[in-house]
Amino acid sequence: MTDKPEKFIDENGIRSDGRRANEIRGVKIEVGVLSRADGSCYLEFGKNKVMAAVYGPREVHPRHQQKSNRAIVRYKYNMASFSVEDRKRPGPDRRSIEVSKVSREALENQIFTEYFPKSAIDIFVEVLQADAGTRTAALNAASIALADAGIPMRSLVSACAVGKVDDTLVLDLNKNEDNYGQADMPIAMTPDGKITLLQMDGHLTEEEFKQGLEMAREGCRQVYEMQRKALMDHYSKKTEVLSTEVIVAEDVKEDAPEEPEDVTQVEVLEDTEDTEKIDDSNETGVTKKTDDTKEPGDTKATGDTEETEDTVKAGDVEELEDSGEEVPETGKNAYETDGQMDESEEETSNE
Amino acid sequence: MNKDIVSIIQKDQLYNLMLKGKRADGRAFDETREIKIETGVIEKAEGSARVEIGDTKIIAGVKISPGTPFPDTPDVGVIITSLELIPLASPEFESGPPREKAVELARVTDRGIRESGAIDLKKMCIIEGEKVWMIFIDIHVLDDGGNIMDAAALGSIAALLTATIPAERYGLGEDAPLPVRDIPVSVTAVDIGGGIVFDPSLEEERVANTKLTVISNQEGAIVGMQKSGNGSLSPDQINHIVEVACNKAQDIREKFLEI
Repeated sequence: MTDKPEKFIDENGIRSDGRRANEIRGVKIEVGVLSRADGSCYLEFGKNKVMAAVYGPREVHPRHQQKSNRAIVRYKYNMASFSVEDRKRPGPDRRSIEVSKVSREALENQIFTEYFPKSAIDIFVEVLQADAGTRTAALNAASIALADAGIPMRSLVSACAVGKVDDTLVLDLNKNEDNYGQADMPIAMTPDGKITLLQMDGHLTEEEFKQGLEMAREGCRQVYEMQRKALMDHYSKKTEVLSTEVIVAEDVKEDAPEEPEDVTQVEVLEDTEDTEKIDDSNETGVTKKTDDTKEPGDTKATGDTEETEDTVKAGDVEELEDSGEEVPETGKNAYETDGQMDESEEETSNE
Repeated sequence: MNKDIVSIIQKDQLYNLMLKGKRADGRAFDETREIKIETGVIEKAEGSARVEIGDTKIIAGVKISPGTPFPDTPDVGVIITSLELIPLASPEFESGPPREKAVELARVTDRGIRESGAIDLKKMCIIEGEKVWMIFIDIHVLDDGGNIMDAAALGSIAALLTATIPAERYGLGEDAPLPVRDIPVSVTAVDIGGGIVFDPSLEEERVANTKLTVISNQEGAIVGMQKSGNGSLSPDQINHIVEVACNKAQDIREKFLEI
């Protein structure tokens, strides 16, 4: 880990990574990258690399979690052991449990859960590389993956952090700023400015907080534009493919082999879903998938086993933590070096 | 009893009351329930406090013992906060490892203490890289009457304020009071159909979609925040909560806590 720099912002107002105070890092988004998931997204936010997958609506396991009037939403944020400088002990720790909770709550209200009673919408996010701001990156990816899965939503959710270094508010903290900065405040918003996630640690006056909120709003808006564009690009491509296919079917047969891959894709689609739905899901990025009852049975089965295994694991780890207080220290420390909120919690208070 | 049905009926009732500017227990929107703090309730603990906010009762205990520092911070003491929602406190709590609700409460409590720099952790070093004081803050919830968050934060800082470093027991010099230099206070509000009410009771908490906790320090700056629950808040609502919470925290601090 690098040491605390003398100055985070130089006399020209440029930060250590060349950005200005109100600039976010570069974002790269790929939609629909996983074959088995109903929706997926790979997203890079600066050096953060995250992969999100959405399964569902699907059967709820364990059964007793099922709600008769709506779908339940589950969100699992997980960091790969190699995602940080010092290997992170695999499995859920207290930090990832909290991140999962607040992230789920940030998305749940945007999903029309009442359309899918007795079912579950599972969101899994894997942090492949962490570099400050993983929970916001994860949330941005998850939001796109939900749209890609065709889950009807009120709106996308866009997230961005705002922080304070050298007594100046800056957007989207980088690793060093997060480690040694004075405050970190991850925020998620809907495009109409409703805040669905808000956390803060560090030191901010009321005035700074108000300003920070405004900055975050602008950051989230930029992220939203990129999310929207990524979805539009992805689905406009798909629509093109489909329309060519229609022409091919009606007119010239010779054109068909031009794009063999796409043809198969279309055929598969037609096999599993009726045409009306195909049209629907291709008109806009965020559309309703009305029929998911014919989710293949084997998916459910694997879902089951995975789920139970996970719970058992989680239980084990936590029991360990409970039985001997020495155990969490190493565990805690392992993720404290990873540069997330915990670390700044520990570091900033002492600087 | 089906909690979902109850909460829908209650939600209706509380919402209608809210429209009239009232709350079920007659409080004003920004009025907190009666707070009681009793410290030194557990003699065996290095510091302890029992806190009541309305029906909510928690007990916080601080244990301090020497231990090994983290390799990346060899010269500072260690704080470890945990919170248990034990089944005696509510029919909804189950025994077993902490679930996400307990983990969140513990971590937000921890955030307030850590980020405000309440404890001078540099002074908690015994031998650099080898031995530091480890401070364990454990919070047991005894009765869930709503707003465990604020009670937990209040209990932990109250317990820390009365804590002693048990140096004699470990042959490390004389006992000394724990160096506490700031008093973070947490104030929580919930959104009930657009109306913001502070220090929510259990029924208010149950029907509210969104909760915001603001922890502020002695100088009135914000040191920690957490939005919890499914709903969303507008920037205006948040600014309102922050403003009231910082003032409320000051009142509570003056009334109940002092260094």
